[in-house]
Amino acid sequence: MAVRTGNEARVPVRTAPKEVLQLSALTHTTHAVPDTAPAVRRRAHWPVLRRRLTPYGYLAPTVVLLVVLMFLPIAMVIGYSFQDNVITNPNPVFVGLKNYVKVLTNPVFFTAVKNTLYFTGVSVVAHLLLGLGFAMMLNSPLLGNRTKALFRMVYVLPWLFTVAIIAVLWRMLLDPSGVVNYLLTVVGLIHKNVEWLASPEIALHAVTFINVWSGYPFFMVSLLAGLQGIPKELYEAATVDGAGPLQKFRSVTLPQLRPIIISMALLDFIWTTQQFALIWMTTGGGPINVTEMLSTFTYKLAFSRYQFAQASTSAVIILLLSMALAFFYVRHQKARD
Amino acid sequence: MSNGAHAVRAAVAVLGVAALAVTAGCSSGSSSSTSASSGDSGGKVTLEFAQWWEPELPAGALKGLMDDFTKQNPNIEVKLLSGPYASTKEQVVAGAASGTMSDVVGLDGAWVSDFKKQGAIADLSALMKQNGYDESQLVSQVKLDDSTYMIPVLNFVYPLFTNDDLLSKAGVTAPPSTRTQFMDAAKKITAGGAASGWVLPLSLDAPNGVQNDVMSWVWASGGSMLKDGKPDLTNSDVKAGTQFVKDLWDAKVIAPGSFTMKEQDKVEQFTNGRVGMMIDSLAHINLIRKENPNLKFSISAIPAADGYSGKRGIPYASWGIGIAQNSKHKAEAFKLVSYLLSKDVNSKMSTLANAFPGNTGSTPDFSNSDPLFKSAFEIYKQGTPANEFVGLPVSEQLMRDFGEQLQSTLDGKQSVDDALKNAQAKWVGEF
Repeated sequence: MAVRTGNEARVPVRTAPKEVLQLSALTHTTHAVPDTAPAVRRRAHWPVLRRRLTPYGYLAPTVVLLVVLMFLPIAMVIGYSFQDNVITNPNPVFVGLKNYVKVLTNPVFFTAVKNTLYFTGVSVVAHLLLGLGFAMMLNSPLLGNRTKALFRMVYVLPWLFTVAIIAVLWRMLLDPSGVVNYLLTVVGLIHKNVEWLASPEIALHAVTFINVWSGYPFFMVSLLAGLQGIPKELYEAATVDGAGPLQKFRSVTLPQLRPIIISMALLDFIWTTQQFALIWMTTGGGPINVTEMLSTFTYKLAFSRYQFAQASTSAVIILLLSMALAFFYVRHQKARD
Repeated sequence: MSNGAHAVRAAVAVLGVAALAVTAGCSSGSSSSTSASSGDSGGKVTLEFAQWWEPELPAGALKGLMDDFTKQNPNIEVKLLSGPYASTKEQVVAGAASGTMSDVVGLDGAWVSDFKKQGAIADLSALMKQNGYDESQLVSQVKLDDSTYMIPVLNFVYPLFTNDDLLSKAGVTAPPSTRTQFMDAAKKITAGGAASGWVLPLSLDAPNGVQNDVMSWVWASGGSMLKDGKPDLTNSDVKAGTQFVKDLWDAKVIAPGSFTMKEQDKVEQFTNGRVGMMIDSLAHINLIRKENPNLKFSISAIPAADGYSGKRGIPYASWGIGIAQNSKHKAEAFKLVSYLLSKDVNSKMSTLANAFPGNTGSTPDFSNSDPLFKSAFEIYKQGTPANEFVGLPVSEQLMRDFGEQLQSTLDGKQSVDDALKNAQAKWVGEF
């Protein structure tokens, strides 16, 4: 197959002036000269331009979609955050940083930030620990293949449910007269029904628990793939060096899994900070505002108070926080490459 | 400039134009559909009618009514855009914002003020005047600044539901009609151990419990949460109603899980016999019968404060109707509104929906419906429909603000007085 090089492409461009000179020498008495020369130059330019534009042509549909579906809406939301109440106000005006001051001085915003940090932090750590624990169990040579397949199926189940199902399921399980209270009463752990999602003291822990339950299989599956990729020779060498199981875990398993763990943790952190549906469908940010997250706070500003400009401001703040996290993720990925 | 740079610049320009063309395409798409109706082809007008009613009526019922309407008005066709209540609300909010609202829209009283402020819904008073419509046949209208923006087509009232078996087991012979009797009945039912006396949904994502289950106590005794159209939560009536709810809470007669409980959970608890009494929409009678055919229950007016003898306010929710300000076919849209509110059609609709009519001359046909509807109609006629949240700005947020303060009070973190003071301050801010 012939391979075109950049030099070939440049050939017509270099020869063009020569052609033009010859043409002008032959026809210097006519008036056609000034018209023909640019035409030839254009003809000479066109293949080059076409070749250079072709890749952009292929990219164009994606770029147009990205611009229309991502950059434009983001730009519009950023624009909204600097105006007075957009959408409900037909002629909004520029108000500078007023919306930012309003949102950042709203005490509920800080409650939401605090709750989001707790919810996200605990979820990511628990996802990691549970995911790693189950992955190691499923990778253990002590279990037969059938047993492993069975447990793999059972453990991955929570991940297969959609958020709506998870919310309904846990609302019913954690109902004051639900199964969880019944079982805990039967075994004598509690003596009166606990209001898991309705008690201001427990609700945040309860929704965090539900999120942990629904998200650990993603870690488990990824870490299991990582574990299966660790060369056996490393463990054999460690055994020869006299390492025990704990030492093997610390010196072989963890360092080998490190890139996966860091990537997963960062991604999970970004995803969990944006969790909305689960909170909305279980507690709606209540009781009072003990489970208010940045996502529910923003939603309420937009669709309950119709303060679309303030909601845009809150969304921009979340975007900035997510971008900071994304920056670390990309930097980590680059470092790996 | 190098050829490479030139090519890149050209490519960027092409992309820019392409993006603009696409966005222009989108925006022209929306601007051309500002009428939302499919336009007139050969003098025929197609109206869009967005509502949540079709899924809640028997299958094909609303479509049948629309076909009848087209028979009477051969030049007008109606395209139904139906969805559940919550998604209709978001659809109307988005349509109002982008100017692509359907010609005729189903409205909830709680949305009207915001849509009016947005300039999204048309002044119906002007349309009624233009068309020489007789307003006296309407049961109610939602007015803002002396102009009507929504007309309730059907009304669903919220009386007190009582579980006959639980009440008789507790030694309560008749549904309570005063607050003292209610407290006594609730205590006796709870003391039985099998159920709680009352159920109070205070979920903050769907905060209508504040309207239906809390403020209803105030309205039932002739109280009001407003004064001259402005918040007045610290008055003695609201205080007494809220204090009564707090007393019920302290007496531990309210079913657990209130703070995140939604309306559907409330109905489920009552249906399963886990609570003795609830305030709920008549619309749920069929559901309760279907889910638990053996449950014996009655309905009665919401108990009033001891010694109160005036007319009892009874909370209601409406299927309201409005017309989009940007509709190009307002005259045709008004014909549809008048049709739905006409005496016979409204009677038919109220029978189908188990609701009370929006036309004063209409009467639901109770011959095939649950006998409880008939008694509810009596309660409705004796009382007065009361829902002060209708027409208020950001009314859902007002309910949520009040709900948060009430939760804090029930949780023992503040007094009833402080809760009302804080809620009042928040409401004044929202107004």
